[in-house]
Amino acid sequence: MAALQGLAWLLGLQAVGELLARGLSLPFPGPVIGLLLLLLALRFTPVQSSVRGTAEFLLSHLSLLFVPVGVGVMTHLTLLADNGLQLAIVIVASTLIGLFATAWTLHRLMRGPLAQEDSAVKP
Amino acid sequence: MNEFVELWVFLASTPLFGLTATLVTYVVAQTFYARMRHAPWANPTLWSVLLIAGGLLLTGVAYPTYFSGAQFIHFLLGPAVVAMAWPLWLRRTELKAYWPRFVAAALVGGAASVISAVTLAWAFDLPSDVLLSLVPKSITAPVAMGVAEKIGGIPALAAVFAVLTGMVGSLSGRYLFDAMGLGFDRAGWMARGFALGTASHGIGAARATQVNADAGAYAGLALGLQVVLGSLLLPLIWRLVA
Repeated sequence: MAALQGLAWLLGLQAVGELLARGLSLPFPGPVIGLLLLLLALRFTPVQSSVRGTAEFLLSHLSLLFVPVGVGVMTHLTLLADNGLQLAIVIVASTLIGLFATAWTLHRLMRGPLAQEDSAVKP
Repeated sequence: MNEFVELWVFLASTPLFGLTATLVTYVVAQTFYARMRHAPWANPTLWSVLLIAGGLLLTGVAYPTYFSGAQFIHFLLGPAVVAMAWPLWLRRTELKAYWPRFVAAALVGGAASVISAVTLAWAFDLPSDVLLSLVPKSITAPVAMGVAEKIGGIPALAAVFAVLTGMVGSLSGRYLFDAMGLGFDRAGWMARGFALGTASHGIGAARATQVNADAGAYAGLALGLQVVLGSLLLPLIWRLVA
């Protein structure tokens, strides 16, 4: 029953998000508004206990959910073949640059605070 | 033989086919991935996509026919995006204490991915609708499609680029982080997970979760932040530029 309640919360908030996005013509996707609404709703313990299982299930199988869209690659084979090498370079290089920039920045910013936390735990 | 062909044509045209093919292929790919001790090259999304696309091309089944069944799995991406509130909630104390640092890293990483992708695509003289479809590629696929639509890209292409980006990150992350000298302490796992979630969204986050629970949690946090920041800022920036 908790699983169904969780799904009801997720779908319900996604629907509210879609309605708000359309109705107020907000520039961001409905599910993202749903995410923000859920973040507010998670203050309440009943919401936590019903969403928890469903959210963990969905997020732990996230890689399955990308398969149908991924198979769509086959419909763009000509475009990918025409610009294949360039696209491969763009995607690989920009992903590596993104990974590097994020990891480097966060590591730099968090080294200090984490060391402080550790020394506070072990006096 | 003829009967077999007729039966195949019947099965391939029902939604049951696309749904079953996706689920069964993924379960097999996931088992193989576990057998290979989660080696990056054995990525289950990558192999499921290759096997299914190859199978469809060989048997001549059209993508829309396949998608009529696979859409039931695809549909779950929406509620999955809403569900990303959960990892953010779990890390709320850390988020409250350090949110400027997390947001800064998410912005630097997101900007680095977008700017490098657009600059390279522009240097290679790629068509403008392709270039615009590359913009949201580090946001998770369903949101990337929505953003691409808003800024004049091709949603289906944006989803494909997002999936490819996720795979590249999952495949190369470990080697890059090792080369950077990131350790396996708390700060190291935090940087590794957060970077995967930022630059290769859900597929990277799934990879991080399989490797280390802490890395997975920070990847989930980064994924949620990237979804919120990217879908808020990219259309606004585009409106200012255009």
